[in-house]
Amino acid sequence: MMEKKITLSDVEKVARLARLGISPKDKENFERQLNNILLYMEKLDELDTGDCEPLAHVLPLKNVLREDRVREGLGQDEALKNAPEKKDGFFIVPPVIK
Amino acid sequence: MENMNYETVIGLEVHVQLKTRTKIFCGCPVGWGGEPNTRVCPVCLGLPGVLPVLNRKVLELAVRAGLALNCEVSGFSKFDRKNYFYPDLPKAYQISQYDNPLSGPGWIDIQTEGGKKRIGITRAHLEEDAGKLVHFEKEGYSGVDYNRTGIPLLEIVSDPDFRFPREAYEYLKTIRTVMRYIEVSDCDMEKGSFRCDANVSLRPTGEKELGVKVEIKNMNSFKAVERALAYEVKRQGELLAVGRPVVQETRLYNADLQKTFSMRSKEETHDYRYFPDPDLVPVILEKEWVEEIRSSLPELPGPRSERFREQYGLPEYDAGVLTAERPLADYFEAAAAHTSNYKALSNWVMVELLGKLNDSDSTVEESPISPEQLAGLLSLIEKGAISGKIGKQVFAEMFAGGKDPEVIVEEKGLLQISDEGELDKIVEQVISENPGSVADFRGGKEKAIGFLVGQVMKITQGKANPGLVNQLLRRKLT
Ligand SMILES: [Zn+2]
Repeated sequence: MMEKKITLSDVEKVARLARLGISPKDKENFERQLNNILLYMEKLDELDTGDCEPLAHVLPLKNVLREDRVREGLGQDEALKNAPEKKDGFFIVPPVIK
Repeated sequence: MENMNYETVIGLEVHVQLKTRTKIFCGCPVGWGGEPNTRVCPVCLGLPGVLPVLNRKVLELAVRAGLALNCEVSGFSKFDRKNYFYPDLPKAYQISQYDNPLSGPGWIDIQTEGGKKRIGITRAHLEEDAGKLVHFEKEGYSGVDYNRTGIPLLEIVSDPDFRFPREAYEYLKTIRTVMRYIEVSDCDMEKGSFRCDANVSLRPTGEKELGVKVEIKNMNSFKAVERALAYEVKRQGELLAVGRPVVQETRLYNADLQKTFSMRSKEETHDYRYFPDPDLVPVILEKEWVEEIRSSLPELPGPRSERFREQYGLPEYDAGVLTAERPLADYFEAAAAHTSNYKALSNWVMVELLGKLNDSDSTVEESPISPEQLAGLLSLIEKGAISGKIGKQVFAEMFAGGKDPEVIVEEKGLLQISDEGELDKIVEQVISENPGSVADFRGGKEKAIGFLVGQVMKITQGKANPGLVNQLLRRKLT
């Protein structure tokens, strides 16, 4: 058996960070799948990247800027159109403890 | 238990709102107040399929700020996503800068009781603001307003260089002054364009390693920062004194109770999983552009204050007050070009002008008295044409009507009476009307002459030359 990169508790942590509830069966599934993905990615270690600068972006672009000019937005009605709940112009969400 | 001495270690994180027309990554206008969710678009609402594009003005202002903070302004910089779930964050991540901030290490000097102190700046990076939450307690839910989402912020992180809460206070004042000078931000705490969080820890004196750090939030004024820090230092000191541990946590300051309280709701340690934002390309600053911005920076308050002390021979206090805001310093210098009595000018500006401006709730730029007019008033006093006391009266007239001091003096007949013949009569009158005081003075009561001079001034409505009156009285009474 190959060395495990991801344990069950890692899966649980990632699920918690992503606010996902997953069943015990899925946990094992994901553990196996995530391990497989990482193992597959290890293939990249075969490349010698000693001379390469870390890449921040895949596109050969830099300094894409816009002028500080106002552009018409959505307006309140349009902005709230998809909101499951709204009131007095606000998006309504479960109470946030302050 | 052995009585240990502890040293306070404070670091500050300041969020400064950059003065732009539009948000950092979209064309929504930046504003304050108003109806909720009226300054929003698909980009700042985080709707699918949109692309943020960096505002050129944001970059320029951030570079200005970095240079003014003596930072290394990085040639290469990029944006990262800081991931966390909170309803005020529509994308579930905040665009910020992680390992390649725009500005690297720098410093700023502050004034402390022990003189000048240099505070290190760790970094200054760009990020977008989050939305605003409104709590409807009765109804049992919260509302979100995304108008603020995407407003450009510069987060300035200091080194943990403060040893006293007072130093933190001075630092905040300095940062605000500098940011206003270079016209990068309004730094208005009430409108949220200037915010501050602090990290506080205590360590045994002489120890290198930092103690357990507590983060303090919710400090809404400079005074509140100083008080919150003082409270926190005391709280931690008391824990350590009885051998109890300080817990690493975030605490909120309650200004009414003047205490900090643990923010228990967020117990879980943060795991922001920063990664480069694939929607935004790197920023690579060209040296020439950075130098162009550097050369466009005005003289900064620190150096300007020092120059005021040297060039105008002003005390440290005066120089500090006069250079705290750029328009005031400009005003002083414009007036100073027309007079050589700099200390007197400084007094008039600091006491009379600032007092009147304060009372009328107006700014230096709105002053009805021009710098030239104020210098004119000073020269009237210097020449002896009017007394200092009358000067104040003329000043009030100038402030109310914007007229030249010479005109007011002329119209109101306020010229100082320095004519001996004219004063002689009045002096005689005062002597005959106040035999008691005359006797007192002749009997050796030096103070009595003050009263007699005062009587002459009263009769002449302050116009008599007090020095001359004094001379005349002495001549007649001895
Ligand atoms: Zn927008």
